[in-house]
Amino acid sequence: MLRRRINLLFGGDEKRVDSRTIYVGHRPCPATEAFIPPKFCDNRIVSSKYTIWNFLPKNLFEQFRRIANFYFLIIFLVQVIVDTPTSPVTSGLPLFFVITVTAIKQGYEDWLRHKADYEVNKYPVIVLEDGRSIRKESEKIKVGDIVEVVEDETFPCDLILLQSTRDDDTCFVTTASLDGESNHKTHYTVPDTEKDLQSLNATIECEQPQPDLYKFVGRMHIYKTDQEPAVRSLGPENLLLKGATLKNTKKIYGVAVYTGMETKMALNYQGKSQKRSAVEKSINAFLLVYLCILISKAVVCTTLKYVWQSQDGQDEPWYNEKTQKEKDTYVYLKMFTDFLSFMVLFNFIIPVSMYVTVEMQKFLGSFFITWDKDFFDPEIQEGALVNTSDLNEELGQVEYVFTDKTGTLTQNNMEYIECCIDGFQYRNSDSMSELDGFCVTDGPVSKLQQKAGRDKEELFLRALCLCHTVQVKEAGPDEIDSDQVDGLVSELSQPDEQRGFIASSPDEVALVKGAMKHGFTFLGLENKSMKIRNRENNVELYDLLHVLNFDPVRRRMSVIVRSKSGETLLFCKGADSSIFPRVRQEEVDRIRMHVERNATEGYRTLCVAYKQLSPEEFAVADAGLRDARLALQDREEKLMAVYNQVETSMSLIGATAVEDRLQEEAAETMEALQGAGMKVWVLTGDKMETAKSTCYACRLFQRGTELLELTVRTLEDGGRKREERLHELLLDYHKKAVQDAPPVKAGVTRSWSTANQEYGFIIDGATLSLVMNPSPDTNSSRYKSLFLQICQNCTAVLCCRMAPLQKAQIVKMVKNSKGSPITLSIGDGANDVSMILEAHVGIGIKGKEGRQAVRNSDYAIPKLKHLKKLLLAHGHLYYVRIAHLVQYFFYKNLCFILPQFLYQFFCGYSQQPLYDAAYLTMYNICFTSMPILAFSLLEQHIAIEYLLDNATLYREIAKNAMLKWGPFLYWTVLGIFQGLLFFFGVKYLFSNPALQDNGQVFGNWSYGTIVFTVLVFTVTLKLALDTRHWTWINHFVIWGSLAFYVFFSFFWGGIIWPFLKQQRLYFVFANMLSSVSAWLVIILLILLSLLPDILLMVFRKPRGPHARQKKKIQTSAEARQSRSSIRPLLMRTFSDESNTVI
Amino acid sequence: MMASSYTAKEEDGHHSGSAAAGGPGSSKSKKPDNTAFKQQRLPAWQPILTAGTVLPAFFVIGLIFIPIGIGLFVTSNNIREFEIDYTGVDTNSPCNRCSQTYSWNISCTCSVPFSLEQPFESNVFMYYGLSNFYQNHRRYVKSRDDSQLNGDKSSLTNPSKECEPYRISEKKPIAPCGAIANSLFNDTLELYYIYPNGSRTLIPLVKKGIAWWTDKHVKFRNPPGNNDNLTITFQDTTKPVNWHKPVYELDPNDPDNNGFINEDFIVWMRTAALPTFRKLYRIIQKNKDNMTPTLPRGNYSLEIAYNYPVRSFDGRKRMILSTISWMGGKNPFLGIAYITVGSVCFFLGVVLLIIHHKYGNRNNNADIPN
Repeated sequence: MLRRRINLLFGGDEKRVDSRTIYVGHRPCPATEAFIPPKFCDNRIVSSKYTIWNFLPKNLFEQFRRIANFYFLIIFLVQVIVDTPTSPVTSGLPLFFVITVTAIKQGYEDWLRHKADYEVNKYPVIVLEDGRSIRKESEKIKVGDIVEVVEDETFPCDLILLQSTRDDDTCFVTTASLDGESNHKTHYTVPDTEKDLQSLNATIECEQPQPDLYKFVGRMHIYKTDQEPAVRSLGPENLLLKGATLKNTKKIYGVAVYTGMETKMALNYQGKSQKRSAVEKSINAFLLVYLCILISKAVVCTTLKYVWQSQDGQDEPWYNEKTQKEKDTYVYLKMFTDFLSFMVLFNFIIPVSMYVTVEMQKFLGSFFITWDKDFFDPEIQEGALVNTSDLNEELGQVEYVFTDKTGTLTQNNMEYIECCIDGFQYRNSDSMSELDGFCVTDGPVSKLQQKAGRDKEELFLRALCLCHTVQVKEAGPDEIDSDQVDGLVSELSQPDEQRGFIASSPDEVALVKGAMKHGFTFLGLENKSMKIRNRENNVELYDLLHVLNFDPVRRRMSVIVRSKSGETLLFCKGADSSIFPRVRQEEVDRIRMHVERNATEGYRTLCVAYKQLSPEEFAVADAGLRDARLALQDREEKLMAVYNQVETSMSLIGATAVEDRLQEEAAETMEALQGAGMKVWVLTGDKMETAKSTCYACRLFQRGTELLELTVRTLEDGGRKREERLHELLLDYHKKAVQDAPPVKAGVTRSWSTANQEYGFIIDGATLSLVMNPSPDTNSSRYKSLFLQICQNCTAVLCCRMAPLQKAQIVKMVKNSKGSPITLSIGDGANDVSMILEAHVGIGIKGKEGRQAVRNSDYAIPKLKHLKKLLLAHGHLYYVRIAHLVQYFFYKNLCFILPQFLYQFFCGYSQQPLYDAAYLTMYNICFTSMPILAFSLLEQHIAIEYLLDNATLYREIAKNAMLKWGPFLYWTVLGIFQGLLFFFGVKYLFSNPALQDNGQVFGNWSYGTIVFTVLVFTVTLKLALDTRHWTWINHFVIWGSLAFYVFFSFFWGGIIWPFLKQQRLYFVFANMLSSVSAWLVIILLILLSLLPDILLMVFRKPRGPHARQKKKIQTSAEARQSRSSIRPLLMRTFSDESNTVI
Repeated sequence: MMASSYTAKEEDGHHSGSAAAGGPGSSKSKKPDNTAFKQQRLPAWQPILTAGTVLPAFFVIGLIFIPIGIGLFVTSNNIREFEIDYTGVDTNSPCNRCSQTYSWNISCTCSVPFSLEQPFESNVFMYYGLSNFYQNHRRYVKSRDDSQLNGDKSSLTNPSKECEPYRISEKKPIAPCGAIANSLFNDTLELYYIYPNGSRTLIPLVKKGIAWWTDKHVKFRNPPGNNDNLTITFQDTTKPVNWHKPVYELDPNDPDNNGFINEDFIVWMRTAALPTFRKLYRIIQKNKDNMTPTLPRGNYSLEIAYNYPVRSFDGRKRMILSTISWMGGKNPFLGIAYITVGSVCFFLGVVLLIIHHKYGNRNNNADIPN
């Protein structure tokens, strides 16, 4: 024994990297000679990124690491170093503005983090040291300290629970702040630790810090003076996580194992991987085009400049001599600086402000999602949550929707429906009244009148009562009293009985409640013994020996209990597929019929089996389980092996059916999504039959949909090798769905006529892994592409029996397929996290299975029905807004810079700016920024109600339609047209610069100001033309910025500014307005520039739905009401129909 | 480029989200406020541009623009303008000799005879025009010191660096410094009316009111000091290299037109927009009796003190006589443009009307069943 321990210790030494050793209470343990206090980090949480000292350099460095900022910095530096036409201020000021705003924002956020850190780090905690309780600041906790935590306090670091004030050595914890699960979780003290913590002498070996909240492996060695050291295994049930809160327990003591940044909470505090939207990719493409335009403009100008200068007398006429320095400059260097100067002159074509505006639009725009009261769910008192605002517009581009079934399509609000004991069906009479129409269908099959033997009944019900991990919620003493006083009958009649139970999965609660309806009540777990009250109102006690936990791979869970009579029993419940192979076959057939029938009705079925363990069997199992639990390495695998060993040759006693109701408006939502051209794939871990019926109920599969099945069942039909059959089926389906199908025309809406055969595809996990990872001899990639092609031609795809990773695999496969379609994943549980992270847009439902999905999602909504508005209305609007924003920004800067470019041809290519520096700087910041920002936040080119009613409108913007090269070309041509018009219009006016009625002439700054005035008015009015939704804000901002421009120009030209080197604009604007000709040309040019747009709008108009939107709103509201009232009926018929199909 | 600018969002996203969720109603309930703004239900005007609304607009625009255009065109045509090139490129032209034997020191005079076919009524404005002269060249445009011209003492003796290479001459600061001032147009133009009998009389030219009022009175100022004796004010400075005389002798007779506030100088300092430009030189006031035209038809002679060299850069010099209307000088462009745009709008209106009538009804019918 000693040797083993030493070996273990040595083993631990060798693998120092893998585990850490903690001395509880810093007491040296007798086994090791020298006590070397190990070094661990302190308990300070540092979530802040900066300190006061490194904020500026670090923040600046981070900001300039972005290429856009870096580009503008380069431009700015060029302006500072090289003699450039515009002063460095023109580009420096906006850049400075952007950098400062970002720095302030980040600084503020960091300050908040500092504050939060301070609060956490200075929080007083009580540490036991040398028998005394000492108050300490939280940050001073060291690994090995014994920490005292009282009720409703949060744990200051990750603790191993040593002692609890509760009798049963447990404590309750909520992890609401970690993963949002608000239920109480039970944690256990390390068994057999001494009551006196002062004399406890122990070491803990545990793994190095890792972020998985639900995994912990460790081992505790307890040294007692007169005994062999005892070894106890430690699991997640012993570990109290920092951030969790102690509940229902007065006080606990625990030893710190991970502190500070090594706690699981801190390790989980990491940013998610960045997702980029398709719009951003388009912007980058356009930027590239504009960069090319910019460079080619600069190249053209530089070339022409040197061609022009080579003529006699043009380079340096007598009136305009160069400085000595200029003359001395080497000609190639001069050419280069000239090139840079042109770049600087034209660099406004790629404006800094676009980034600011786009970012602001996204940030502010995302508030509309959180503000939307339609997303508010009164049940959970929460609305939608936006975790990232970068993907707003992506919501308008979704092509594939991957949805989870349980909790997403269905409510995950389980209701016990019926059970089947030994082949006889038991339907609860209570629930009959609630489930009106349902009993009709199963009339003939039902054996309602017959009963199984009483023994079997009771065995089954005991199994239901015992085989679970449900806790009874602690109620106040008076409540308990009333429970005891009141009989069973009154308890049953209490409608909110379910509140008494807390469980990780709602199925379990439903089953326990189901057993209660049949007379067996689970009263709770006390001192490792489960109390149940049987039909005779007697309390039975069972010792809970082992819980073989549920996990999605095994798909079953078991308990081993010992009854008072000394029998050792194993009860197991699980999915039919995992139970049937482990029971005697003759029992299976009787129950299978029931299970399958229940499954086709859309119920979740579980089979229950039991086995009586002989003392020898139990001893073996017990030893195996204990050994496996103590293992430090590969504990999971070892446990799994033991579980599999124990759960064999059981006898099947029955099956249960639990209904998982469809989410509200699930069918309408799915219908709307399909109408919007999205392909819906259901990815579920559930049984095929159950999932299929849900699909029918959700109208994903229609009456006429031909189902193409690719499941283990169909593969085994032919009795040949699976691979061959798979190959054959794939080719067959491919022929059906892809080759014979008429080519789908773009924009053709899903027709309700039967002209086009619709296909639905069903595949299960096993087959999918065959397709995805086929045996090496087959042509693997071909399967995958065949599969993909078939799926893409199906209206709906159902993938059942999926492991979480397979869900992500499918999303990834579609995401990377041809055309890289935009994918959206929606789910509510931890098993959906992988696909939520994988998809372009991840949506979490604030469901019942904790908050993991929500935490990892980009957007979280309370209910599935909200997806419709999120995509069809918000997504559509966001996309249209941002697309317009981007196009408009490029357009307005093109027609801003084009006149300046053209002016070079008339000023000897000397980089003379056409506009004054103030105008150059302010154009994008002040004069034209606010209207487009307001537009991009408020525009509703189609009313929201109309968008919701006509899902097909979503197709109009599919595939990034507004940011394709076509529209981009249109905007570019428009910009070029207007730029040319502005410049040459004013140029012809200036063929005689005597424009005032007193004969005085205008100079170059007047020229620029007239062009600029036309420009500002035109681009603003162009936006006004595009605005379909004029709120007062739009009015205010559009007319306000025009007024501001006029006001500013007067003001700017009205004063001799002492800090300006040149008073270029002094009274230029006022003089311009005193000239009738200038007025006339401004009006003319504005009108002429807008003419093509007006014309186009008029010609295009008749297609738009706007004209009728008002009327539509009312009628649609009525229609929706009437529809929703008949919905349940419809749903029923579909689910009925699913019976006939199968 | 774009994407990278959002990297900071990564860590912000969570905060913004939670802030957003908590923001609106964290105090009481989390239920979002039911305000029109937050629910995107602000009352809005939803204008719909249809053929019906645009059609009248087209006609109205056409109806307004065409008369304006005609008015502008007529006005422009009624403006008398006479232009004569006196550069002397042609060997026969009287100024050919001057243009060739040009030197900054020797003044050369020549006279160019011309005749006006029609009388010029009202005030006549006399311009000089230069071609192929890049007053809008960047190096040129910035080569000035506005604070010096505004009478700043320190800038007077220490002009801006922008003035290089016309900043210091003979170790003294140049006033006014810079290339623009240095290349001040210094031809003197005089106009004589030649009576049929051969005798000639000098036509009085007014040199006030040719510069913008604000320039003359605010933007340009002589340095403070003895206003009567600008010589002392400018004593530490030197004249621009190409000038014959210092700035305080530009108009020795009129102290209000001397120094920096000399109107010829101010006019020149307002740099032209295009390489071919004109600048106001003098004004010929209409006769007081208003009975005879300001410039009757007949023969005239333009006497030029030919100082300004333009042939080195292939430039041209012109003298322009023009009357002025409410729209300024003669420029047919505006009138033609207005007439064209007006007609186009009118034409489009007609086309739209036809389309609307022919196809509009059918469209409406097709729409209703939807």
